[in-house]
Amino acid sequence: MIPEIGNFALIVGLFLALTLGVLPIIGAARNNAVLMGVARPLAAGQFVFLGVALLCLTYAFVANDFSVLYVAQHSNTQLPTIYRISAVWGGHEGSLLLWAFLLSVWTLAVALYSKHLPEEMVARVLGVMGLIAVGFLLFMLMTSNPFDRLLPAAADGRDLNPLLQDPGLVIHPPMLYMGYVGFSVAFAFAIAALLGGRMDATWARWSRPWTTVAWVFMTMGIALGSWWAYYELGWGGWWFWDPVENASFMPWLLGTALMHSLAVTEKRNAFKSWTVLLAIAAFSLSLLGTFLVRSGVLTSVHSFAADPKRGIFILTFLVIVIGVSLLLFAWRAPKIGLGGKFDPLSRESLLLSNNVLLSVAAASVFIGTLYPLFMDALGQGKLSVGPPYFEAVFVPLMIPMLLLMGLGPLARWKKVDAPELARRVRWAFGAALVIALLLPLTMGKWSVMVSVGLLLAFWIIASVSLSLRERLAGRDDFMQRLRGQSLSYYGMQLAHLGVAVFIIGVTMVKGYETERDVRMDVGDVLNTGGYEFRFNGVTEEQGPNYVAGKGHVTISKDGKVVTELYPEKRQYNVSGMPMTEAAIDTGLLGDLYVSLGEPIPDSNGAWAVRVYIKPFVDWIWAGCLLMSLGGVLAISDRRYRIHNKRLAEAKTEMPLEEKTA
Amino acid sequence: MKAREKRFLFIAVGIAAVGLAVALVLNALDKNVSLYFTPTQVFNNEAPHGRSFRIGGLVEEGSVKREADGLTVNFAITDTHKRIPVVYKGILPDLFKEGKGVVAQGSVGPDGVMQADEVLAKHDENYMPPEAADALMKAEAANAAAASAVSAPAAASAVK
Repeated sequence: MIPEIGNFALIVGLFLALTLGVLPIIGAARNNAVLMGVARPLAAGQFVFLGVALLCLTYAFVANDFSVLYVAQHSNTQLPTIYRISAVWGGHEGSLLLWAFLLSVWTLAVALYSKHLPEEMVARVLGVMGLIAVGFLLFMLMTSNPFDRLLPAAADGRDLNPLLQDPGLVIHPPMLYMGYVGFSVAFAFAIAALLGGRMDATWARWSRPWTTVAWVFMTMGIALGSWWAYYELGWGGWWFWDPVENASFMPWLLGTALMHSLAVTEKRNAFKSWTVLLAIAAFSLSLLGTFLVRSGVLTSVHSFAADPKRGIFILTFLVIVIGVSLLLFAWRAPKIGLGGKFDPLSRESLLLSNNVLLSVAAASVFIGTLYPLFMDALGQGKLSVGPPYFEAVFVPLMIPMLLLMGLGPLARWKKVDAPELARRVRWAFGAALVIALLLPLTMGKWSVMVSVGLLLAFWIIASVSLSLRERLAGRDDFMQRLRGQSLSYYGMQLAHLGVAVFIIGVTMVKGYETERDVRMDVGDVLNTGGYEFRFNGVTEEQGPNYVAGKGHVTISKDGKVVTELYPEKRQYNVSGMPMTEAAIDTGLLGDLYVSLGEPIPDSNGAWAVRVYIKPFVDWIWAGCLLMSLGGVLAISDRRYRIHNKRLAEAKTEMPLEEKTA
Repeated sequence: MKAREKRFLFIAVGIAAVGLAVALVLNALDKNVSLYFTPTQVFNNEAPHGRSFRIGGLVEEGSVKREADGLTVNFAITDTHKRIPVVYKGILPDLFKEGKGVVAQGSVGPDGVMQADEVLAKHDENYMPPEAADALMKAEAANAAAASAVSAPAAASAVK
């Protein structure tokens, strides 16, 4: 009964979305207040019904209703309850439902927090989001309904993939999806601007916080996924350039470009067409990501399904969305215009180069990810593009971008006096250079790549400090000056610091990690990286739905015990799948990482063991966290909260930087 | 600077940047693409010598042997038609199993043995890497074409 209610709720949701996608947009075109007025209630209704559908599916999982095919495929009576809930998005159908539900959450959020927006704008934005929901709900109902029955019901389910039975995987997909789906708001704002033919600084101020929120979710989602891969896949890597990782990374890169381009549109009324194009591209790549992951054309951990009908549906959907938006863009963009003028050396041009480099980086990831697909489709044989490709392309693109990143926040709008800027930054750059050259020596090994990485990181840190000093130092009250800066300024600097922390993590891990795969007999001691790893053997242990071989490794340094690690090798009862659970000692300056390979036959309890030392690896995720916090600070800025009419109508205000500079 | 010069500068810089990026991409693609081959193709000498490539197929039943150091593993990848021996030193993925799909990357020496530096088995018990499935299908077609009496039940059930 409950699954039928869920199915029914989905169908009602589809009709509400359809109405939402049609009436308000017509209303906006005809200036009909009644038609525009239905947008908000419809958004609320869509949220309620999709919420009911999601709850019904969750109920089916918690109550072990194996007469639902999807539940039978992804759950089991032995599965702990928390993983039964996360199993809701552990497969194709359920993750689509989550997608659609989150879209309704964003739609509702726009409906609630848009009281200060002109009515036709709200109607168009909500309408476009309704149309996107129509696409997804149709897809679900036609090709992948999570409520399909399995009759007769299975006695027990097939269990959730053990890889997904992990706290990180409980929150990683919802976070990432919030990001993916969140770009639909920026997209809807862009389409609304094209439809209305009106786009100015006010428009940018409206869509900017939405883009930033989506970006924050996406950053956290990707970071969580990377962290999960690090500790769960059991081989200590944190980024594999796996097609599905790339699928989330491409919209992230364009989303980052979009945030910066929106800043220019808000402050300087420039880059307008470009901003619209970026918003369209970022969301298209989010859709493409969903397509790549869910259609099963890519071979990866994440690909659930390989059903050509689904692939064709998403491909058609993709073509319609991208095609219509680009047509609309070609037709209406000339009306929007390019916007304000600026010099070849100015904050605008620095942000432009940021945008170009990020877009080119996204394009290069795109080529590397899809090249095997194209070649296969053209009958050129199967091939794969590995991490070396991405590193060879990505690093040379990021180096100039990160160098410019230090300059951007220090440069003025419109026109920069080059000698003056050079004079301001010379000490900061010099200090970064000296640290970058000398610091690797204290680590015992000097290499060019480490120095370059550290130079980029310390250059950003120095530039952030310089900017803070220029703004905060002075004869008058320090506290007053501290408060005088906008939250979005602090947000930007914090996010940039996050990038620096991230680079330090990546550089140190790449430069100084130790990876040893060894055979260890009981009682064997391995000396590496200044630590002693003593292997005390493996004992058997019973988990809730698995049997584990639990290893015991004692790590000591200079004769003193540092920590005891207990890596596991699990065998899941239902699926029979083996799983490696690494044991990690996390520290500020690095991780000690031990995971069990396999038992060695014909020996006395010997195992193949991975022993890794990963210096500064946690800085990678700490950096992502700082970037996200920076985003949160930026959207907490006063100017997004003051929604009085006077402010909303003021088209361009004096840029803050010029007042204080 | 005049508006026209300014525009020219922007366009020139833009073209230079895109050109550089294209050069980077092409160069990296040229160096880092690895092609897939089936065991039959490798046996027929269709795979490049001295260059890394990938083989897809099944781990042959009964072929997995470990050397005394516990880390070096010998096994054979088969498409049920031809088999290619592989040597790999390191820890194998959790789902590496005899009779299951596998992809190995490395190069084949004059002795016909692949020195693998990467062995992939996917993260799902029932999942068959498409390259492995493809290799089995091709081998089966070849078998059928040769009107061989030897059937390939393993291939048939695996491709399903």
